[in-house]
Amino acid sequence: MRVMISRSLASLLCALPLLVLAAIDVYEFDSPEQEARFRSLTQELRCPKCQNQSIADSDADISGDMRARTAQMIRDGHSDREVVDFFRERYGDFVSYRPPLAANTAVLWLGPGIVLLFGGLLIFRLMRRAARAADQDDDDLPPPETH
Amino acid sequence: MKYLWGLIPLALFAALALLLNANLGRDTESMPSALVGRSVPAFDLPALASNRDSYDQEIFKGRWSLLNIWATWCPTCYVEHPYFIELARSGVAIVGVNYKDDDDKARRYLAELGNPYTEVVVDKQGNLALDLGVYGAPETFLVSPEGKILLRHAGEVNAHVWEEKFVPLMARYEAYHGGGEDTP
Repeated sequence: MRVMISRSLASLLCALPLLVLAAIDVYEFDSPEQEARFRSLTQELRCPKCQNQSIADSDADISGDMRARTAQMIRDGHSDREVVDFFRERYGDFVSYRPPLAANTAVLWLGPGIVLLFGGLLIFRLMRRAARAADQDDDDLPPPETH
Repeated sequence: MKYLWGLIPLALFAALALLLNANLGRDTESMPSALVGRSVPAFDLPALASNRDSYDQEIFKGRWSLLNIWATWCPTCYVEHPYFIELARSGVAIVGVNYKDDDDKARRYLAELGNPYTEVVVDKQGNLALDLGVYGAPETFLVSPEGKILLRHAGEVNAHVWEEKFVPLMARYEAYHGGGEDTP
């Protein structure tokens, strides 16, 4: 569900540059479904030259080639996964905005969760201590730790 | 115990600072090629000027060679060109891939500046380049006698790069394969 919301949000956000792009290169598809796949795939793939744009948004030459190849592969009946894997084989994990979970991407995937966990724990402890301090007038006594 | 908890934000900050500092100054433009260790992708492309009409991946078999992506519209290609001529004179086989270029301009370029290439294939649509994971020009690949890509170098090839990156790799490869093993 969350994925769907973020996807539709993403396509909303990207609708404008796509409209501009549509005037530049036009790909013909057998079905609207194929065209939708083309749109989501070109937004998921990252331009290897400009590095901060998807190939849907980028004007770089290489992005144009990658769009053409994506369109071709969709027309040829390849799955989304096959298209992404095709580019990942050539340009590495870098080319996908959704890198796989691996040793070198572990920080990326697990980092936020770990920070959230520690932060939450810290806040919890601070709050408990504040509550305890409010209960007791005697501040000098160390709070009992064993429970 | 109380103080230890207070130290956690500091420790997190220090860890983050170290991590970011380690990546500072690293060249984010150069990406590892996912193709290293694989065979040169299959292709069948016209020759720029040769006694043959077209070439395929077989031209990389049987000897060490460089695959160099170049074009007349690429400024750095002019910079590295004299060094390629030097390399060619010393016996290095360099296969040129003329990338998204105009044939006449490319021929003029070689006529005026000299031709360091053993063969030049024309990749007008950029399909071979895409198969190689190329994202610009110049890019140079080191190809083993078995036709396997051992190294990808994006940007200018000069004496320094040649000595630092290409030569040791060839030496290591030969040492390893000289020991009786044939397949990489």
